Amino acid sequence: MTDRVYVGTRKGLFEIARKAKGAWQVAGVHFLGDPVSALLPDRDGGIYAALDLGHFGAHLWHRARAGDWRELAVPAFPPKPEDATDDPHPWSLGKIWTLEHGVVPGRLWAGTMPGGLFRSDDNSASWTLIESLWSMPERKQWMGVAGGEQPGISAVLVDPRNPGEIRIGVSTAGVWASHDAGKSWRIMNRGGMYNEYMPPERREDPIAMDVHRLAHCAAHPEIVWCQHHNGVFRSKDSGINWYEITAIKPSKFGFAVAAHPRDPDTAWFVPAVKDEKRVPVDGKVVVARTRDGGKSFEVLRKGLPQRHAYDLVLRHALAVAADGETLAFGSTSGGVWISEDGGDAWTAPEGRLPPVNAVRFAA
Amino acid sequence: MPTVAFTRALERFLQAPPADVGGATVGEALGAVFTSRPALRGYVLDDQGGLRRHVACYVNGKPVRDRVRLSDPVVASDRIYVFQALTGG
Repeated sequence: MTDRVYVGTRKGLFEIARKAKGAWQVAGVHFLGDPVSALLPDRDGGIYAALDLGHFGAHLWHRARAGDWRELAVPAFPPKPEDATDDPHPWSLGKIWTLEHGVVPGRLWAGTMPGGLFRSDDNSASWTLIESLWSMPERKQWMGVAGGEQPGISAVLVDPRNPGEIRIGVSTAGVWASHDAGKSWRIMNRGGMYNEYMPPERREDPIAMDVHRLAHCAAHPEIVWCQHHNGVFRSKDSGINWYEITAIKPSKFGFAVAAHPRDPDTAWFVPAVKDEKRVPVDGKVVVARTRDGGKSFEVLRKGLPQRHAYDLVLRHALAVAADGETLAFGSTSGGVWISEDGGDAWTAPEGRLPPVNAVRFAA
Repeated sequence: MPTVAFTRALERFLQAPPADVGGATVGEALGAVFTSRPALRGYVLDDQGGLRRHVACYVNGKPVRDRVRLSDPVVASDRIYVFQALTGG
């Protein structure tokens, strides 16, 4: 049973602990006032926290199980070549958007804005830009998130059976894959996705896909789920071919997806009214769960606010624990809800948190 | 020698005491500080070595002109001050 969940918010990191069955409490507050953009718990009880300081840049801190916080190296871009004048994106770290373990001891992956992927092989003592991806001419076609300035790598999936197999999801640039631990890359998604907001001639262009978030089943990593700007998609071949999951309800728009760690047919989503509004349908916070590979969905609402609730759940703010039963999500209104039974019922810890960016369970 | 001082807002994260340093430009003076306090650099400059977008740098009470290359000249009596505008919610 997982008994601790970390919640990264616009104003600090909150540690929420299970006190009894169905009873969770805020047990620690860290970096109060500072935006936390990504979290990564260690297997030995430590945790990494990426800060996105409005004035002073992106920073990465770590706390060992019983230790104090310590600032580590942060990914940095190399000097921008003089002839790179046609690059529309800055060569400077905007923020760390996602952090993942690399299966190999000491290896970490960091997906960032403006679209750089970084690898550390020494537990964040140092970072290396994956130049093979950054230098691809196609990267200049990557688009900013939600019309914003910078593209972002929103997901890094590492095959637990083979640490050289990496897939990344990019808002907005589709799904990219490396089979050699990052030495070479190609765009992976070939068919099945579409992007309605693009001009008609580009709607099925693989690089035009706004991949809000990817999640794979750890025990069957060839099964990949995607919450895309235009709906929910699933792949059975690691992300090459996709098909739309049209049974999702109450709506197909959303940001987050969580995949069951062992059951390839089970996944969770938090749908919202599509892009121009971005609020829950009818002001009711619900979680959509499929247990049959997306053929059908249950709409779970027990314990969740059902009147005038306008909580939006961002890409990294929904998490499932290793047990496949404990779930947590947090909202832009500072709501946090936790379930111990796969989503059937939810409980909220006491308190009102700042807007939530990221939720991760202790390993 | 120019004096470099930093906003106290940085003290939440790391030590940033004022320093008397060498250097003929703003960049050289800041660089001298970062040589002795390397962790401070990333809080003030971006990856390309320019001032972070929301960080301000003044010399004798006036904003520096060159925020990218930090080439504004300084002399020994100059006071360089690095700070930020706290805005938003």
